[in-house]
Amino acid sequence: MAALYAFAAGLVFGLGLLVSGLADPARVLGFLDLAGLWNPTLAFVMGGAVLATSVGYAFLRRRTHSLSGEPLRWPQATRIDGRLAGGSLAFGVGWGVAGFCPGPALVAAAAGIGEAAVFVAAMIAGMLIYSVIERARRRASDAATPRA
Amino acid sequence: MNVDWSAFTPGAGTAGGLLIGAGAVLLMLGAGRIAGISGILGGLLTPERGGSWRLAFLLGLCAAPWMFRAFSELPAITVDASTPRLIVAGLLVGLGTRYGSGCTSGHGVCGLSRGSRRSIAATAIFMAAGFATVYVLRHVVGA
Repeated sequence: MAALYAFAAGLVFGLGLLVSGLADPARVLGFLDLAGLWNPTLAFVMGGAVLATSVGYAFLRRRTHSLSGEPLRWPQATRIDGRLAGGSLAFGVGWGVAGFCPGPALVAAAAGIGEAAVFVAAMIAGMLIYSVIERARRRASDAATPRA
Repeated sequence: MNVDWSAFTPGAGTAGGLLIGAGAVLLMLGAGRIAGISGILGGLLTPERGGSWRLAFLLGLCAAPWMFRAFSELPAITVDASTPRLIVAGLLVGLGTRYGSGCTSGHGVCGLSRGSRRSIAATAIFMAAGFATVYVLRHVVGA
């Protein structure tokens, strides 16, 4: 059941990316280019998305479980540290280099845009590199911790 | 500041934004999860954290352009970046969103809507980095 809702949610989300223009890197770069010919549309996309989500989430706060019976998993992390800052900085630079962030890139690749598929392949490679580094680091710290 | 009025579409932007929000709310209502694309994809790449809901959400996302095409012509998607540039950008976005625990959707849409200070900080940083990168690339080095 959860998968069915998730499919529908992904579909609506993806249609939103297309309707809003966020799936088009040229428009995204037009928004990020404050010193050039600026396109403010993306501010309206973010405004609409945050408005709908905050109203919906406010109602969902009263529930403990989803319609499929899974508990509602709200993020628990609150720490603002170097990892969060460094990661967000790298992401922002990458976003500015090509105009793609993860959602729109997947939608554009699925639409058959070859350049988007190249970006998605590199993005997945980046995520896999993260997984390998983090697994190695965890193993190293496990080995360094003396067992009682 | 010069505004590109010919490309300014606040109506479609707001409507699309509301749809994005509806998708995020539907994922929490139906499956109890935050709609963060990088986290959903990243979790799928980490076998122990996999889940059919992740795959289903991404399939729905990828079905969107096909559904859209059934009713009207797909809006223009213009990519000017060269292949090396796309690869550098993809690697940065992949690594950055995993270390930063989120992207435009998880931090920018869902996090801001929850009033999370952590997501507000992340969003401020990646937005500033995006503005600065485009400024440097277009107006300083001219690439």
